[in-house]
Amino acid sequence: MPDRNWIMQWIIKPLVFVVCLIPLIWLIYDGFADKLSPNPIEDITHRTGDWTLRFLLITLALTPLRYISGRTEFIKLRRMVGLYTFFYVCLHFTTYLWLDQGFDLDEIIVDVVKRPYVTVGFTGFILLIPLAMTSTNAMMKRLGRNWKKLHQLVYVIGAFGVLHYLWLVKADVREPIIYAVILLILLGYREWIRRRTSNI
Amino acid sequence: MLIKKPTDIHPSEITDKGIYLQRRRIIKVAVGLPLAALGSGLLNEVLAVKSPGEKLPNVKKGPFSTEEKPNAYSDITTYNNFYEFGTDKKSPAKKAGQMKTDPWTVTVEGECAKPGKFPLEDILKPHPLEERVYRFRCVEAWSMVVPWVGFPLADLIKRFEPTSKAKYVQFQTLFDPEQMPGQRRAVLEWPYVEGLRMDEAMNPLTLMVVGLYGEVLPNQNGAPLRLIVPWKYGFKSIKSIVSIKFTENQPISSWMKAGPSEYGFYSNVNPEVDHPRWSQKKERRLGDSFFAKKRKTRMFNGYAEQVAHLYKGMDLKKYF
Repeated sequence: MPDRNWIMQWIIKPLVFVVCLIPLIWLIYDGFADKLSPNPIEDITHRTGDWTLRFLLITLALTPLRYISGRTEFIKLRRMVGLYTFFYVCLHFTTYLWLDQGFDLDEIIVDVVKRPYVTVGFTGFILLIPLAMTSTNAMMKRLGRNWKKLHQLVYVIGAFGVLHYLWLVKADVREPIIYAVILLILLGYREWIRRRTSNI
Repeated sequence: MLIKKPTDIHPSEITDKGIYLQRRRIIKVAVGLPLAALGSGLLNEVLAVKSPGEKLPNVKKGPFSTEEKPNAYSDITTYNNFYEFGTDKKSPAKKAGQMKTDPWTVTVEGECAKPGKFPLEDILKPHPLEERVYRFRCVEAWSMVVPWVGFPLADLIKRFEPTSKAKYVQFQTLFDPEQMPGQRRAVLEWPYVEGLRMDEAMNPLTLMVVGLYGEVLPNQNGAPLRLIVPWKYGFKSIKSIVSIKFTENQPISSWMKAGPSEYGFYSNVNPEVDHPRWSQKKERRLGDSFFAKKRKTRMFNGYAEQVAHLYKGMDLKKYF
């Protein structure tokens, strides 16, 4: 009978790894099967952006899930899902840089400086880089207590991600509001736990 | 990565469909004839009912058409901003089919000598149809080339004899949440309202549109009657019009209400004046190859020769 660690290592993790690739495979399939809209670059931008936000929220949901279920396995998936967030934001950013802007640096700089939704989105992306770079065991060990502090940046990044979406839509704010509410619940839950434990 | 796009449907392929529909019309007439023979006058009615996609008769080539290659019929009819049917671009093509465009009544009111409620047939009757291939530039920085079928708005306006007080024309889209599911939520203030200054409305470029690619306009593109103002951002070209009103004061459009700092009354295509949230210097021409660069946006969408004089002396940064 294989033990829990074995199942985690050889079944669950590989499974989650593959599942996280589905949005990309789906997008590529739609591209080749002519299922994207007449503005495929917009589709790719939106879909990679959507999945970045979704993976970010899933990453943030794993700690609360651990508390609620009492199962530590959720924490063991956090790094992988977090890195997938970074993977999808890289696709999103590359789409913007290359397919959308055609590497027109002047335009990109104007965008980042002048347009608040690009400013927060870009900042969120930049802030994710050190988190991805320090995700290895060796870096965790080296940074010690500072690692946790550094990785609390993800809360700010989450807020930037949601603002990026909220500020770019023209009139229909339903979807960004849903993301905002989920983010608030996830952060609120942490705050609630923190207060409860510090009261004891 | 090579992504094949459905944009290369040749107009010839589309005409095939027209012929197919013409056949259907012949059948209709064939059915209608014996009925007419019964003295019911049904034939006329049979002929008057035109459904989207049906070939429009006697369309001649109009002026001001661009030589640029028109976008595929599928581009133009599956990628629409028509918030009355949902805020994503696919929704209108999915949901607008159910809208009833016949019978259709247009109310003409305000500062004119001949106001009234007119059945669509009466609105259209005196006007010969012409095809105009215009560039279409959306405020979201994408563009298309569209072969519209219609007639000059000026010709329509003259019939109602606007008075000297008529400084503006205001248009309204149908309000019917039963048929337009997008109107069940207050994304914008319904009904959709747009307006033009009188000289803009009378400009020979400004078109009342009833068709696309020689056929009756599909609902998702604003059937049965829409406006096309090719030198302004797309949202000015109001769809499914039920009201035309001549006013002394400048109308307030739905988008002006939604975002006064972002959408002005004029909304002329202008690469010099950015939308607060995105650049207007360039545009993506739909149908261009996947790795093609965006195109430079032209002043007044390339129609400066026809319309620049309308804005002489105006600060277009202020009157955006």
